[in-house]
Amino acid sequence: MPMEKKSPIYTILVGGAAGDGAKEAAINFGRLAAKHGYEFFLSVEYPSLIRGGHNYARVSISSKKVFCDSAELDAVVALNDETVEKHRSEIKKGGMIFLDSAEDAGKKGLINIPASAWVKEENLPRLFRASALLGAVCRYYNFDIVELNNIFKEIFGEKAGPNILLAKKGYEFLQSKNVQQVFLPRRKCAGKMVLDGNEAFSEGLVKAGLKNYFGYPMTPSSSILHYLAKKAKEYKLKVVQPENEISVINMALGASYAGSRTAIASTGGGFALMLEAMAFAGVAEIPIVVVDAQRASTSTGVPTRTGQGDLDFVRHLPGEYPRIVLAPGDADEAYLIAGAAMNLAWKFQSPAVVLLDKHLSESVSTVDLQTNKVKIENPKIAGNGAAYRRYAFSPDGVSALAFPGEKGKVVKISSYEHDEDGYICDGVENAKKMCEKRFAKTKGIVVERKKYDSIKIYGDKKAKNAVIFWGSVKGPMLEAMRAVKRPYKAVQIVWLEPFDTDRFLKEIKGVKKLVIAENNFTGQLAKLIREKTGVEIKNKILKYDSLPFDVRELAKKLDKIF
Amino acid sequence: MIDFSTKAKNTWCPGCTNFSILAAFKNALNDLAGEGYSKDNFVMVAGIGCHGKIPDYVDINSFMSLHGRDVASAEGIKAGNPNLTVVSFAGDGDAYAEGMEHLVHAAKRNANITLFVHNNQVFGLTTGQVTPTSPKGYRGRSTPFGSPEEPLNPLAVLLASGATFIARAWALDPDKLKEIMKRAVKHKGFSIVDIIQPCITFSDTRAHFKDKVFYLDQNWPTNDWSKAMQKIRENSDKVPLGVIYEINKPVFEEQL
Repeated sequence: MPMEKKSPIYTILVGGAAGDGAKEAAINFGRLAAKHGYEFFLSVEYPSLIRGGHNYARVSISSKKVFCDSAELDAVVALNDETVEKHRSEIKKGGMIFLDSAEDAGKKGLINIPASAWVKEENLPRLFRASALLGAVCRYYNFDIVELNNIFKEIFGEKAGPNILLAKKGYEFLQSKNVQQVFLPRRKCAGKMVLDGNEAFSEGLVKAGLKNYFGYPMTPSSSILHYLAKKAKEYKLKVVQPENEISVINMALGASYAGSRTAIASTGGGFALMLEAMAFAGVAEIPIVVVDAQRASTSTGVPTRTGQGDLDFVRHLPGEYPRIVLAPGDADEAYLIAGAAMNLAWKFQSPAVVLLDKHLSESVSTVDLQTNKVKIENPKIAGNGAAYRRYAFSPDGVSALAFPGEKGKVVKISSYEHDEDGYICDGVENAKKMCEKRFAKTKGIVVERKKYDSIKIYGDKKAKNAVIFWGSVKGPMLEAMRAVKRPYKAVQIVWLEPFDTDRFLKEIKGVKKLVIAENNFTGQLAKLIREKTGVEIKNKILKYDSLPFDVRELAKKLDKIF
Repeated sequence: MIDFSTKAKNTWCPGCTNFSILAAFKNALNDLAGEGYSKDNFVMVAGIGCHGKIPDYVDINSFMSLHGRDVASAEGIKAGNPNLTVVSFAGDGDAYAEGMEHLVHAAKRNANITLFVHNNQVFGLTTGQVTPTSPKGYRGRSTPFGSPEEPLNPLAVLLASGATFIARAWALDPDKLKEIMKRAVKHKGFSIVDIIQPCITFSDTRAHFKDKVFYLDQNWPTNDWSKAMQKIRENSDKVPLGVIYEINKPVFEEQL
């Protein structure tokens, strides 16, 4: 394909046992490519254990934005023999294996590097082997070893010495063997920022004024907690890990009531524990951003893999109040959606739910955070004067906010149905009016939606074929576009609730064949679309084996349908 | 005297001992306001149950939480704005059944909040079921043949969990209750006051406790953990009242 020629994709896979540092080495290769002006996308694959098992990370680099890593490998970096056995068949013709082995190199397509021997000589832990292999790969792609050393210095500071030493050994070893290099020229553009989806999401929260974060560990949401905890001092955040998810959300609602912008995250199981308090936030009109970073399968499920099984769930939480459910498709969107969710939560005094998933949360890529698009937007704040009424009726359903500690104001909130002052009220007329007040906010939310991309369109906008998707399916979907025989229009649903029915119908008008692609069994977005629009999408490509879509596999399925 | 009364119509049973707790709290608030505590900075939190209506009867900021979650809410409010004085109310069902894990951890992390437990050893609002502090053999609608469970000793659990202020009070002595409440609010760190309270409708223990309660001696060593534990667990016919334990430790919010 012409596009392929202009901006080829190179993919390397780094594999080893858990604890070998395969993921970090792959990210550092991505960072190295980024420093040379390349873009990359990296996904990680690991079982739920701490030592042993087979871990690998795949990183695809290109001069153009990469939306998903490829399964066709140019190089395999193997920290154990198992990696070679498992991935040999995925290597392209002319590809290369870099293996930690003391045997003499000799075979075509295989370079043995005595990394284990080197770390032993230097009396270093085995974790450092990865740096030796990375040094060799740096040479192989003709990247600048100085940049690799800079990466080590950025991460380890004064303790970068052993990494630099081993990378140099690997680099020089390859040099001495006269291995044919793959020449990747340094591109004349600034190295982009490197973040995973959860980190980009966290940055968006902070830009939108996050002050308190509460989280209980659960993969794949945990790295939001880790990232914000690490950044807490720098960003002046309070980050707390309470005793369980029930405490997470109840503490968070308390912090919000006190006037502090607050977010929480979990995955399906942990989120399920929060439901009583979600309804509380709904009735008491407490702003909060709540993330469900989905994992594969059901219940404890497949903790370290990806899925999209919670859309039905988060749309149907207990009670009735206006729903806000948003789903970004990549790290850049995660940043924007974090800001949108925070501002929506505060403007409309409501929970705002964001769906992430493992493939989005933990995949690492170069990003272009649109920092000018995220800011703290002011909610409706109560002035001084008349006695404060927390739930004062107003045509838009939004009562002005005040916070405890403000002079002369009494701020009363309640999980009971309440009157305008926040006192318990079981009056029949009041129950009706309060319910209508809360739902009056929907109109404002829908108006607000116009400021955002509720639905995004990619590819051939006039194509007779269209594919609908949401969340991290975006990556494989955009990459599959380069591989399919017939062009298609790709329609990404970003705002799941409130769903943009008019826009959706406009976008599919004239489309002959509609296909939906989701990482679940029941086609949950298809159900949502049928519910909201009456449109039934019969062609469904559903993947529920715990892995994200493979680009080639997806392209093949699309070719078959179109 | 500041008027803390509100427009809300009180819906407790006539003669409910909650009225005494409410009066003691309002008097404590009034005193504290005179001692430099700002009325605007007070937040009262409550769970769900008969006690849970108390925020409606006091004209200050309030957060009517969920059943059992009041302590988590209170910790969050304090974390959100550490300048606030956060006082939580709970019932024995709230605190010691549904929400026990929050108490244990709030004590462990020494969150600077105060908890008043309306401990009447029965579920009132749901009409008389057994709670964790009901005596063995308690007959209620869910245990018509008598509860087979031994009651929980919540103060022993909380002392073991690291609480830095532990007191017990008697609802029918509002003057003493007020003084204990004030001390608890002034304590920097997690403070709990277990308020023994008859429920005149479902568990009228007025006669049972009348001669059993007594106040600890003025010279009681409040900083001695072992003595406190011994006193809390004492298997006697008497129920000691007053501040049983108080020490200073760094508070949670200041270390965030």
